[in-house]
Amino acid sequence: MIEFQNISKSYAGLRVVEGLNLHIARGELLVVIGPSGSGKSTLLKMINRLEDHDAGRILFAGEEIYKFKVRDLRLRMGYAIQSVGLFPHWTVARNIATVPQMLGWSRERIKERVKELLDLFQLDPEVYQARYPHQLSGGQQQRVGVARALAGDPDVLLMDEPFGALDPVTRALLQFELKRVHALSGKTIVLVTHDIDEALLLGTRIVLMDEGKIVQAASPLELLTRPANDLVADFMGRSDRGLKLLSLQSAGTLARAEPAVMGEALPFETSLREAVSFMALHQLAQVNLLNAAGDFTGVLHAADIFATQAQRPAPGVTT
Amino acid sequence: MTPAASGERALGRDRHSRPGRFWQSPLFWAAAALAALVVYLPHSAPLFSTLFPALERPVYEQEPFAQLLWQHSALVLASSLISVLVGTLAGIGITRAAGRPFKSLVESVVSMGQTIPPVAVLALAVPVVGFGELPALIALALYGLLPVVQATVASLQAVPQPVRESARGMGLSDWQMLSQVEVPLALPVWLSGVRTSVIINIGTAAIASTVGAKTLGSPIIVGLSGFNTAYVLQGALLVGLLAVVTDMAFERLALKLNWQA
Repeated sequence: MIEFQNISKSYAGLRVVEGLNLHIARGELLVVIGPSGSGKSTLLKMINRLEDHDAGRILFAGEEIYKFKVRDLRLRMGYAIQSVGLFPHWTVARNIATVPQMLGWSRERIKERVKELLDLFQLDPEVYQARYPHQLSGGQQQRVGVARALAGDPDVLLMDEPFGALDPVTRALLQFELKRVHALSGKTIVLVTHDIDEALLLGTRIVLMDEGKIVQAASPLELLTRPANDLVADFMGRSDRGLKLLSLQSAGTLARAEPAVMGEALPFETSLREAVSFMALHQLAQVNLLNAAGDFTGVLHAADIFATQAQRPAPGVTT
Repeated sequence: MTPAASGERALGRDRHSRPGRFWQSPLFWAAAALAALVVYLPHSAPLFSTLFPALERPVYEQEPFAQLLWQHSALVLASSLISVLVGTLAGIGITRAAGRPFKSLVESVVSMGQTIPPVAVLALAVPVVGFGELPALIALALYGLLPVVQATVASLQAVPQPVRESARGMGLSDWQMLSQVEVPLALPVWLSGVRTSVIINIGTAAIASTVGAKTLGSPIIVGLSGFNTAYVLQGALLVGLLAVVTDMAFERLALKLNWQA
């Protein structure tokens, strides 16, 4: 879908991106992570030409991006940023309709699309479409921002730290929603963040950047189990890499088909990390697991979590 | 009245924090006072002869006050239209990528327009364009330029960076950016600059009488040269009230234009 071929970029003689090669496949949710000044935002902005690269080629849908008109390119790519940037003088509905209007969609189709997107982000259209941005909470604004970015049915969604300014509860909710929207729509998403937990939660692949170069591009599991160097290991959090590894796997994958035990229960899709935390808190060696409907499906044993190398995908194999 | 209609009215009232009846608005009363003064002044001889017993003719009668008020307003309107048009276009021009190099140049030229006293501009303009309304128009238009340019630039620069970035990222063209995003968001601040410019010009237009333009300054100038304080008072009262009425009208307009309301 998008290919960086030997891309370099400098600001006033300072190299911010250097000799970068990266292929982003259709349907990927690629997370770009790195310390401040690593060039990750520049990488994102080069895709929709908010920044132009100095050397190399960037291909979009097989064609060099300089061959597209800037406007056409941007209309095919949704763009959402941390500070949202909703138009304060327009209603929610009109904000979302920005790109469809530029694409010349009919009034009915736009109305339909606005309703569909508000539903997708669990905002009641009746209540929210006529509101102005300042009448929304931070989390609602960001939802509208992402909905607006998706409105023109773009091929690619570019997101620059979209959840960085939100409180932890809202952030977790929106991360979950983005994951759901990605699964439903199958869109190619490129997301920039500096939050490693967000990267591990959302990314189908993670690119770790430092000083304008890619240090490692790999699946979350591989980054945790086979960090390319000390920087990657540090970034993954040396001391809790094991816990992060557990966060990649759901409790259901280790469920034993046994009769229910006495005591507490957890949803099937809870991550092993949360399950460990829960079991430590409640001093349990086993916990019941429930499916989405709330029915008992099996038992999770603490012992299995710490001795299941055979059942877990071997380190390095992408999942 | 249906509940929906009364709800809407309540909302409108809340939005503009204005009573609905015209006679409850200060603008109405100020305008009425101005009209009453114009009608009353020609008949005010008893009052002014009591106040200034030494004066032979205590009420200005060379031209009707209504005519002076009209000519004064017309001069301010014409000069302000020029200031606003030129100032706004210049302000938009120097905030575009292509015009940015000219920003400091335009700003200093416009500031100079404000530093030169209007009387000096009048004196310089008369030998070139002669006596009458034209030199007054030139002096006023130059004098009113600075607040408009400054407000235009400030209002456009106050458009939040994230709004610009997301607009650009979504593919808005330069024209769409200006017309759909920058202008609507800049309007309230821009209007406050226009308001300043017009109010300044209402006061300054009085001086235009020195070069033969008939304005509300005429009684003031004649009064000053003939030691007739009553004339000065009559002209000054009308100029002052006209400025108050205009300012209140702008305040109303500002409430209507404010998207944050």
